[in-house]
Amino acid sequence: MADRLRAYRAVLASRARSQASYRTSFRLDLVGAVLVGVIELAEIWVLYSATDEIGGLTLAQVLLVFGVADLAFSLADLVAGHCDKLPVYVRAGTLDVFFLRPQPILAQLVTSDLSLRRIGRCLVGATALAVGLALNDVAWGLGAVGLLMLAVLSGFVIFTAQFVTAAGLQFFLVNGAEMTNAFVYGGRYAATQPATVWPRALLVVFGTIFPVAFAAYLPVSTLLGTRGVAGLPAWLGWCAPVAALWAVVVAAACWRWGLRHYRGAGG
Amino acid sequence: MPPNPLRNPYWRFLVAGFRGQSAYPLATFAGLVANATFGLLKGGIMGAAVDSSGGELAGYSAATMAAFVWLGQGMLGSVNFWGGSALQDRIRTGDVAVDFLRPVSVQAAHVLTDVGKGLFALLPRGLPSVVIGVLVSHMALPGDPATLALGLVSLLLGIAVSHATVYLVSVAGLWLVETRGVAVLYMAVSGFFAGLYTPVYLYPDWLLAITLATPFPAMMQLPVDVLSGRVTGWAAGQHLTVQLGWLVAVLVAGHLATRAGRRRLEVQGG
Repeated sequence: MADRLRAYRAVLASRARSQASYRTSFRLDLVGAVLVGVIELAEIWVLYSATDEIGGLTLAQVLLVFGVADLAFSLADLVAGHCDKLPVYVRAGTLDVFFLRPQPILAQLVTSDLSLRRIGRCLVGATALAVGLALNDVAWGLGAVGLLMLAVLSGFVIFTAQFVTAAGLQFFLVNGAEMTNAFVYGGRYAATQPATVWPRALLVVFGTIFPVAFAAYLPVSTLLGTRGVAGLPAWLGWCAPVAALWAVVVAAACWRWGLRHYRGAGG
Repeated sequence: MPPNPLRNPYWRFLVAGFRGQSAYPLATFAGLVANATFGLLKGGIMGAAVDSSGGELAGYSAATMAAFVWLGQGMLGSVNFWGGSALQDRIRTGDVAVDFLRPVSVQAAHVLTDVGKGLFALLPRGLPSVVIGVLVSHMALPGDPATLALGLVSLLLGIAVSHATVYLVSVAGLWLVETRGVAVLYMAVSGFFAGLYTPVYLYPDWLLAITLATPFPAMMQLPVDVLSGRVTGWAAGQHLTVQLGWLVAVLVAGHLATRAGRRRLEVQGG
């Protein structure tokens, strides 16, 4: 096992070194990634400062939702974010090379790039999470810690699965790659919001099909005991791992389906 | 005999941009799906914000807020908030040397092509976004033809300011070669200052003052104000004047930067 992983480790280490070697560009990238996160936080601050609460959450509470969602997404982005590049590989025909190597295609795709600048984004999410925990009146105990860890971990799995689902669908879409942004990046945006404000149709999409509501809002809602979506039980936040499992099943199906559909680009 | 204006090369750049975009219907449709999803999410949170502050937030009612969301989503395919452009690749690869040999202005050619693409996007992305907005919300629409006409002029100015400003980002490549970092910074601030996420009028006074001192509101917030009928008459005229002012400013800056930068350009490789 260790032997088999050594190849991946060597590849990833070389990617990391190659990025850090263009220092100015790397620093600018890192600053840019942090800035994007900070500005997203600023938008939430602007909106929630203008009014007392939105969708049953105060500024402090939504900060915690944002922290959990953003940390989980940034980690997923760090690991699987470049699955976005798949249409480029398909169009250029470079994906065919992956088929020649004795490693799983998905593992190769995931290790084909490692964007260290995305670490900057993780820092923003982690900071928001820490500040959110400090500002809110959390009933600390084994349950609270467990629920938080479960939320971040499930969120990470859900978002990673979304990236893979999107990659699987890219085999069909190619030029229509932007369509998957609706649930990958739209899902990220949705995860930072209180689900109470969504129209019914979105609740179905982001609560069940692409279950990002389980990545942050529902667990945090359970943790803080806020008024949740009408008609849903308060303990629903504990079901995050079930949602994560579902997301993985969907991702595996989409990926296999897409890979079987792929016929090469010639050349 | 006067030359046929339709054969003018700059008119052709505009048309080429417009037509080039129509070659990718699936990509355009995909963009619309993503746009609409974000619109529904944004509409949900902004609508809830108006509700929880008693039906009026910074001068926005539920109807005008819905108009803000859906007109803004409709403009997304036509303005550039990500900071990238074809010119950046041409500078990095050195192809831009060929552009400089042509007997046309590099700035005008690139800005016009991008504006042409932006104008095309209004048909498959702009209009459907507004239609979706009307279907899912009670959004305010321009009431009379005069408002609509002013709004369309404002829209055109907004698209032009956006692409003329991104040209400045690209032309920085004549000095830097790789402009990825600049583009990322542009992406981070442009949407925020343009009023892509929340109306800029929600910002605290100091932040609003900073925002209004940048060209970004002229790209989205001001055209949306005029189109939705939030400002009319003289105030709308003022909006258009500000937009025109920014357009001239960024075009002049782009012209000067091109003139200074082309002496700095070193094409690598051979």
